[in-house]
Amino acid sequence: MAIVKAKDVTYSYTGENNITIALSGITMSVKKGEFVVIIGHNGSGKSTFAKHINALFLPDAGSVVVAGMDTKDESKVWDIRECAGMVFQNPDNQLVATIVEEDVAFGPENIGVPPKEIRLRVDTALEAVGMSEYKLRAPHMLSGGQKQRVAIAGVLAMHPEIIVFDEPTAMLDPEGRAEVLDTITALNAEGKTIILITHYMEEALYADRVIVMTGGQIAFDGTPREVFSNEAAMTRAGLSFPPHIALFHRLKNKGYDMGECPLHIEELVDRICQLS
Amino acid sequence: MIKNVTLGQYFPGDSIIHRLDPRMKLLLVIAVIVLIFMADTLVGNLVVLAFLFLTILLSRVNAILVLRGLKPLWFVITLMFVLNTFFYSGGTELFSFWVLRVTEEGLHNAIRLAVRLIYLITATTMLTLTTSPIALTDGLERLMAPLKVVRFPVHELAMMMTIAMRFIPTLLEETDKIMKAQTARGAEFDSGNVIRRATGMVPLLVPLFVSAFRRADELAFAMESRCYHGGEGRTRMKILHMRYPDIISAAVVAGLIVFAAMGY
Repeated sequence: MAIVKAKDVTYSYTGENNITIALSGITMSVKKGEFVVIIGHNGSGKSTFAKHINALFLPDAGSVVVAGMDTKDESKVWDIRECAGMVFQNPDNQLVATIVEEDVAFGPENIGVPPKEIRLRVDTALEAVGMSEYKLRAPHMLSGGQKQRVAIAGVLAMHPEIIVFDEPTAMLDPEGRAEVLDTITALNAEGKTIILITHYMEEALYADRVIVMTGGQIAFDGTPREVFSNEAAMTRAGLSFPPHIALFHRLKNKGYDMGECPLHIEELVDRICQLS
Repeated sequence: MIKNVTLGQYFPGDSIIHRLDPRMKLLLVIAVIVLIFMADTLVGNLVVLAFLFLTILLSRVNAILVLRGLKPLWFVITLMFVLNTFFYSGGTELFSFWVLRVTEEGLHNAIRLAVRLIYLITATTMLTLTTSPIALTDGLERLMAPLKVVRFPVHELAMMMTIAMRFIPTLLEETDKIMKAQTARGAEFDSGNVIRRATGMVPLLVPLFVSAFRRADELAFAMESRCYHGGEGRTRMKILHMRYPDIISAAVVAGLIVFAAMGY
């Protein structure tokens, strides 16, 4: 069953004397429990599209339906945002309170959850992202990856069905990126629907499905293996492969019989070992 | 270095004074201010002094920190003392010197005012030393809640204070970064006269403001994503409880006020 349905979504930014078309005719759907990565170059419209999923932006034309609710329905805005949480790029600019646990409580407080249940939700959410021991710390004393995990806990505490991640790792160091990606895959394993916006090809490896965007349109929609096999489409989208996939394509182009595109390094190693 | 800056002058601790309900502490400080103004006699003033000492003792706050709170106001206290000593009209003359004459009443008045000021500052310093900014904001929001009836934006003000406190360290860190970046490009922040220094701040302030606005924009998105829509229908995770120590401390302060009202 599709939990997010976008149909012919068009959106443009109106500047002082120009109009920039950010999205033109996006049609896609995401199934419940699916892990979808939306990948694209800067300016491909991926972040703009992400903000349509929780009604921060409303389509100029077309429609976005989240869990049966149209984002254009003003009376449903808060229900939609409760159902579809969002984690942003800059960890500093999305934490509100001066204490970690207070920040995690911010969302549930806004939707009017009773105090005792907020406490419970905050503790479980912090536990889920492995930040329990930091609950009385000040956010500015944490590392980027830790801040981002607190932000994820803040979204989790609202008990969303879908979590949209808008380039959550773009400002983190490799260690922080690994922490955040592990958290995301763990959440998906627990049944949350994940939509991860990114420009790192490596992150697409963990997804069930990859959607490639260019110039406000969907250029490709398929499994990670299909995406990584399609060298021409990726080059057109201005994306570069992770090193091991790039190596696979170079070998293949040289005429080696490499078979199906590998996803992980181990697979590639196997393929190379089987070469005669 | 700039990262470890503490907000306000909160001295973390777990004493009985720290654990008082912030609402009660705010009310008590107001009551103590009233008390300080009521205490007119020597006995009254000594009682107030004893009370303040007891508070400092119970809070286990370093007394030096309390004295440091007085530091910025020494000048005002001295000035008040001097003016009151020399320019009090009337009263019995103790001695005179050129155009200045010191009277018994004048000296008495000067001492009383100086002592009162010191008491006032000590009492309010004790509040900020033993209450974290977030508890203080929380207490203020709840105490002022009745003002919502007259459309006073209590919740909005508290929210603004919280966000300001949250972003002070972030912006300080950023200031530090921009300063280093601009210094690397030849900007000077600490040389030349006042005007040169002021204009030297421009390459620091402009990027800082631009980034602050961008942060505000992103924060607004993040808050809306988390269903923030003002104070209406909002619940709180922490419920404040008045406990025995709160009631006891209220009783002590009330007792002192009655004592002062009886003429001490």
